[in-house]
Parts: sequence; structure tokens; C-alpha cells
Amino acid sequence: MSAQRTMATARRVLAQLRGDPRTVAMLLVVPVLLMILLRYAFDSNVFIFDHVAPILIAIFPFVLMFLITSVSMLRERTSGTLERLLSMPIAKLDLLVGYALAFGTVAVVQVALVIVVVLGPLGVSVTGSVVVLSLFGVLDALLGMALGLCLSALAHTEFQAVQLLPAVVFPQLLVCGLFAPRDQMAGVLQGLADVFPLTYAVDGVTRAAASAAWGGSLVKDLVIVAICIPLALGLGAATLQRRTG
Amino acid sequence: MLTGISLGVAEGTVTGLLGPSGSGKSTLIRSIVGVQRITSGSVRVLGLPAGSPTLRPNVGYLTQELSVYRDLTVRANLRYFAAVLGVDRGRVDQVLEDVSLSDRSDARVANLSGGQQSRVSLATALLGDPRVLILDEPTAGLDPVLREDLWSLFHRLGASGATLLISSHVMEEAMRCQRLLLLRDARLLIDDTPDGLLQRTGESDMDAAFLHLIRQSEATA
Ligand SMILES: Nc1ncnc2c1ncn2[C@@H]1O[C@H](COP(=O)(O)OP(=O)(O)OP(=O)(O)O)[C@@H](O)[C@H]1O
Ligand SMILES: [Mg+2]
Repeated sequence: MSAQRTMATARRVLAQLRGDPRTVAMLLVVPVLLMILLRYAFDSNVFIFDHVAPILIAIFPFVLMFLITSVSMLRERTSGTLERLLSMPIAKLDLLVGYALAFGTVAVVQVALVIVVVLGPLGVSVTGSVVVLSLFGVLDALLGMALGLCLSALAHTEFQAVQLLPAVVFPQLLVCGLFAPRDQMAGVLQGLADVFPLTYAVDGVTRAAASAAWGGSLVKDLVIVAICIPLALGLGAATLQRRTG
Repeated sequence: MLTGISLGVAEGTVTGLLGPSGSGKSTLIRSIVGVQRITSGSVRVLGLPAGSPTLRPNVGYLTQELSVYRDLTVRANLRYFAAVLGVDRGRVDQVLEDVSLSDRSDARVANLSGGQQSRVSLATALLGDPRVLILDEPTAGLDPVLREDLWSLFHRLGASGATLLISSHVMEEAMRCQRLLLLRDARLLIDDTPDGLLQRTGESDMDAAFLHLIRQSEATA
């Protein structure tokens, strides 16, 4: 790996984003708008919003990052630039880590905006530490990004890449505890939830919002989410083939 | 997919790769660059197996399809690939001049004409000043003046020691190569000099010679 090539890739991805204001708006403005929408959907039961808002701090950035990075990586594959890059002296991880740095930068801004709006104008108060909550928010966005980069290998067209969302993300959403408490789900689903990374992302933000104390479970959530990110990037690198058919 | 092709290309020469559409030119080129999955046979470049990591800085590859970022400017593309290749930023202005695009360097690739876009792609292949240049149809869709300019550039590069393998559909361009390879149905039909080819067929221009050879191979097939 080379720091110069990784940084050049990150700068290039950011330059592409700058040239695409709609995607930037999608990444930065949409999570905030969705939060506002939900706040007023629960207008007469604001306490429910207080409960779900931290969970959505994990979910909205995760989903958007997954969607956008899986399509960007696929575009790299279909536009021929991937073939060209891989015929050049660049390590596969230079490319993936470059993407991760670029989208990681966006994730920090994205999560900061959501948290400021949720805790400010939308009036949610958390007992836990805002810093730890933000940390989890950013890690969850990075997790979505890493999974998107990795799983884009399963798609051959942008059309298929978009279909990854219902196929890969929705199941994780359904069993993560947002819709039904996990201990009330069928045993098989509890087992599924235990292997889905999003479960730990959601647990992490929930715990971080509930208490400022660093319990063992919070550390476990943090470690699992933090390990899944490089793991998914490594898998993503393994799916990049220098030789194709 | 390719069968019975055995050939060597001398260093410092310009070799043309010709053949009907679908004859396997791009597949052969991809095998030489090392991006084609091959089931049997071996390809060596500068004495190393094709696609070796140590070859990557020394082999410039132009894909037949455009392979630059359409949403970036010409200069942003070249700067990025220059960083990947580890070459000086000064090379960017040099290659822009080589492909006559200096005046369009701040335009987004998507806003350029088709011929301009393919020259951005070509400029990228030239960036690293590679010892071996493998170009898949670098002059497709260009006007005669630009084609002439590019072929002069290719010969300058060849004279300075680079080895070039250039595929094309345009037979007059073949006259400008030191050596010609003619593919047909994934087989190497001819490996000769342009003059040798004309003599062999008794034709006076390349188009006629090409037709002659293809008909002849059809008759014997
Ligand atoms: N990805 C692929 N999978 C399967 N077959 C392929 C693939 N790409 C090309 N082929 C087949 O291999 C043969 C050679 O194709 P190739 O692209 O090398 O031709 P070419 O000489 O470069 O043609 P052209 O002048 O039109 O670019 C063709 O019959 C084509 O259908
Ligand atoms: Mg071709």
C-alpha cells in the first residue's frame, strides 16, 4: 500500500462528489429531513421519537452510505476505470481505503448534522455522552460504506446494485430491534440478528444514548462494529480481480 | 478463445494489429496487458509474465472503451492517474500537448466530443512514459489531421525506444507500421511488413490487400 496513492484516490472521490451536488444533498440533507419528518409523525407521542431518534442516527447514515458506495464502486467497475487502475501500480487496498477516507469524511459531516438537529431544534435529550453517540453514528455510517463497497461485487449493473438494498439491508433492519424487541422474536431471527452487523450498530447507539457509563456491552458493540469495517474492506479488496473474462 | 497464436514483438518497434471486428484483437491485447483471464498459453512482456506487478509501471494500456472519469475534468483525471503512477505533475501538461488537448484541460470529460474523450484516455496511457504501449484503437473516430499527428507521435515514441502495439480498423494506418499482424477468427493469419503484404497479395493498396487475404482465408477454410 502507498499513502500517496490512497490519498490521491480519496481526493479524486471527493472531487467527483463535489461535482455532483445532488448526491451531496442526498448524503447530508436527506437524513436531517427524514428526522424532522419523523419528529412530526410522532407529534402527539414525542416520547416515542425520543426513543427511536438515536436508533435512526445509526440507521439513516448506514443505509445512505451503503447505497451510494455500492453504486460508486460498481460504476468504477463498469466504466473501465477499474480495469485501467488495476493494470497500474496501485494496491487494491489503496483504492478501497481511498474510498473509505473520502466517504468517511462525508460521514463525519453527515452524522454531525443529524445529531445537531436531533439534539437541538428537535429537542431530544440523551442521558448518555453526545461524543460517544457521535462516535457510534460515524462508525455506523462507515460500516454501511464498507459493506456497500464489499457487496457491490455481487452486482453487475447499477440496476442490480440498487436491488442490494432490499436484499441485504432490509433484513438487517427488520431484525435489529427497531420494529420489535429482539427478545420477543422467533429464536431463528434472534440468531440472525446476532450475526448481522447492523444489530450491534443499533445496540451501540441505543446504549450510548441511554447512559454515559462504558459498560461491557457498549465496548463489545464498539469492537464488533469497528472490526467489521476493515473486515468488509478486506473482503471488498479480495473481490477486485485484476484479470477478468 | 485465441488459438495457435505465437508471436514476438521486438523492442523499439511499432506493430499494427489488424483484423475484422470480433477477430480477437482486444482479447489478444488484454492478454498481453495481463487483464484477460487466460486458460492456457503464456505471454511474456520484457521477459516477465504478462501482468506481473513489476511490469505495471512499464506498460501503458489504452482500453478500447473510454476508461476515464467522465464526471471529472481532463486535468483532474490526468492528475489522479499521474499520482497513481507516481509520475511528476509536469507530465500532465506534456501529454495534454501530445494529444492536442491543452486548450480543453479544464473541461469535464463528459462535455467533450467523442474523439476528444478518447484522446483523454490515450493521454492517460502515455502519462507514465512506459517502455511498452499497448493501444486498442487509439485513432478510432478521429479526423485525418489528428490521426496523422498521433501516428507521428507513435513513431517518435518508437524511435526513442518504446515498443508499441496498436490495433486499428483503418488499413491505410497499417502502412505506417513497421510490422503487421492480421488476425482472423482468433487466429494469426499474417505476420509481415506492410510492403511484404502488398507483394504477397499483388495488390496496390492496403484495403484491397486486406480483402484479398480475408477472401483467400475464407476459400481455404
Ligand atoms: N467478455 C466476453 N465474454 C465472452 N466472449 C467475448 C467477450 N468479449 C469478447 N468476446 C468474444 O471474443 C471474440 C473476440 O472479441 P474481441 O473483442 O477481441 O474482438 P476485436 O477484434 O477487438 O473486435 P473489434 O474490432 O470489434 O473491437 C468475439 O467473438 C467476441 O464475441
Ligand atoms: Mg476490439
